[in-house]
Amino acid sequence: MLGKTAGGLFWMYRYLERAENITRMIETGQRIALTRNQENDDEWASVLQTASVDLGYFEKYDELSKDTVIDWMLRDKDNASSVMSAVEAARNNARQVRGALTHETWEAMNGCWMRLKELLKRKVNERDLPQALGLIRQRTALVRGATHGTLLRNDIYDFARIGTFLERADNTGRILDVKYYVLLPSANAVGSQLDNVQWETILRSVSGESGIRMVYGHNPTPRDIAAFLILDGRMPRSLYFCAKKLQDNLGYLAHDYGETATSHDLAVQLGKRLKERSIDEIFDIGLHEFIQEILIALGELSRQIEVDYRFYE
Amino acid sequence: MTKIFDEMWGREDALRAPYSQFGQWFEGEDPARLRAKQREAEEVFRLTGITFNVYGQAAAEERLIPFDIVPRIISGAEWKKLTRGIEQRVRAINAFLHDIYHRQEIVRAGRLPVEMIKNNEAYLPEMVGVTPPGGVYTHIVGIDLVRTGDDEFYVLEDNARTPSGVSYMLENRETMYKMFPELFSQTKVQPVSQYPRSLLRSLSACAPSCAEGTPTVAVLTPGSYNSAYFEHAFLADQMGVELVEGSDLRVVDGRVAMRTTQGYKPIDVIYRRIDDDFIDPLTFNPESALGVPGIMDVYRAGNIAIANAPGTGIADDKAIYSYMPEIVEFYTGEKAILQNVPTWRCNDPESLKYVLDNLDELVVKEVHGSGGYGMLIGPTASKKELAEFRKKLEAKPGNYIAQPTLSLSTVPIMTKAGLAPRHVDLRPFVLVSPEGVNITPGGLTRVALKKGSLVVNSSQGGGTKDTWVLED
Repeated sequence: MLGKTAGGLFWMYRYLERAENITRMIETGQRIALTRNQENDDEWASVLQTASVDLGYFEKYDELSKDTVIDWMLRDKDNASSVMSAVEAARNNARQVRGALTHETWEAMNGCWMRLKELLKRKVNERDLPQALGLIRQRTALVRGATHGTLLRNDIYDFARIGTFLERADNTGRILDVKYYVLLPSANAVGSQLDNVQWETILRSVSGESGIRMVYGHNPTPRDIAAFLILDGRMPRSLYFCAKKLQDNLGYLAHDYGETATSHDLAVQLGKRLKERSIDEIFDIGLHEFIQEILIALGELSRQIEVDYRFYE
Repeated sequence: MTKIFDEMWGREDALRAPYSQFGQWFEGEDPARLRAKQREAEEVFRLTGITFNVYGQAAAEERLIPFDIVPRIISGAEWKKLTRGIEQRVRAINAFLHDIYHRQEIVRAGRLPVEMIKNNEAYLPEMVGVTPPGGVYTHIVGIDLVRTGDDEFYVLEDNARTPSGVSYMLENRETMYKMFPELFSQTKVQPVSQYPRSLLRSLSACAPSCAEGTPTVAVLTPGSYNSAYFEHAFLADQMGVELVEGSDLRVVDGRVAMRTTQGYKPIDVIYRRIDDDFIDPLTFNPESALGVPGIMDVYRAGNIAIANAPGTGIADDKAIYSYMPEIVEFYTGEKAILQNVPTWRCNDPESLKYVLDNLDELVVKEVHGSGGYGMLIGPTASKKELAEFRKKLEAKPGNYIAQPTLSLSTVPIMTKAGLAPRHVDLRPFVLVSPEGVNITPGGLTRVALKKGSLVVNSSQGGGTKDTWVLED
């Protein structure tokens, strides 16, 4: 496979995953805005921060308001991580690597782009937001479904998966990092109204609310939530789950190519870092410090993959 | 004035034989359903991304080429005759190219003035004495034909450098299969779907001797912003070969190699869809980032096949075109089966005078122009346009040729008011390899969508139709 094609697949699926994650965050923000008591838009600052799009937002807008935040995250061209920008980038990459995709996958991707371009041509008003967000999730899921159902399990699929899980791990890491203070096992904040809302934010944004109930019942502690999102190998958006997938897919590549790349070693190390720690040890290191370490490792891994598989000249 | 020949109705409004089954089927169809199908077809094109980029428009603009559901139908017998003429012409073109880059016998014999070559921008001195692997210069040719009557076909252009549109030939058919499966079970239409396999086979047969095992073929595109990027991606996909850009390639150990996830891997045959001038910045345009530095050295050493060979453009030059009857005769020893449109070369003073005197009846084309740009269609031009063109002609007569306006045949299209005749041309696709000449039964029919218009180019708002060659 061409290095360029590998890079195109990697980025196509990263951007697709990003579009989905941003949608999840908007959904969560919306949900919280609807269920809270006070009349301000403070929660949206945290949503912007979680998606790492706060700096750009404040360059463009002086004030925080629900409508502008949603528009910024959903469809602003100036925001490279808005849903529309991400879908556009995913589709451009898909166009580049079209020969590597099955027809169904390409058509699902192209259809997703066409439909969302239409949907996000204008500002989405509050009344239509839930439906719009649902449609975005559906359309991106369709691409993922076509990918799973039709792609040959060769290096094409591996690069697609590597892109997906790098982006997802990064996303979960960022959510945890922004919210780490509510997960700190300190006694004073536990049980407060604010605290519960924040937990809910975290779990909702990764579709973890029902999963955690199955594992920890109705009243998970902050420690449970952190363990669930960092270490639980059954939770498809946990850091460990993503790291394991990265390790697996880089392992398949090593096997297919008959050569183990540096990035594979990095992925193995990342997996170990997560597997060999208990949640208590992680709290001892400091949750923020630990998550930062993981995010940095993910960045390194991403750059090493580019080099190992010759994405660029 | 005699009535214009219609492929479906002839001149007498009697259904022509190739259309008999289609005509019956059409009669029985509900026009509203057909119009719905027409819209459905457009949706299929859009979803599969069969679009072209429009230069000079907003960066991301992708447009559909309008598709019309009424096919252009050719009988098996008509096709046989056409293919004999096309094969003869394509063989002559290849022999001509070999000759002008070697001994130039045609010039020595006094059949072609040497200026036609010497002063020609498409002639590449870098190709002198170079014989491409397999001896083939133009591997993929698209001959543009027009029809003016029952038995009157003319060649309008020999596209011998990088003819495009073959993806439309294939996708138009696929779309017709999807829209009207029942139609194809009644009518025996020769398939076109073998084209990508034939193309790969034909290209592979031209691999240089250094190729080991199955030759590695790649399609070279200028990139995803090129207007024909869809076609480049489509062809690479259909052949199961890599679609590469200049930045994926470099010269390694005397071979052209592509950067794969596992290092550089040599290529044997490159189907390039970039112009000569951009192929190699070390040999041609030094500003070009689209090509591969040093590829021409590899080529001259015989270590890669380039389709089509650099310098083939001279064979489809509009000034050379007027010599095609001589060229065919010189290299095949036979009279040309397909006719040329009578052509005045404006560099000849007498011809220029005739052209200037009869400007409002002629089509004037730039010798190096393409895509329907820079041409004058006398009968439909305004006084102002005629006057402006007159000035251009007088300033640089050598830049222009002129032809009579032919009454191109029509094929009906579906309009809101029912069937309406529109002018068409036809571009069959021809593959040449040391194994022989292969012509896919069909081609690209381009149709002018405006009533009375003779301009069928997609860049000028033309559309396309499926082209059927019937089994006899």
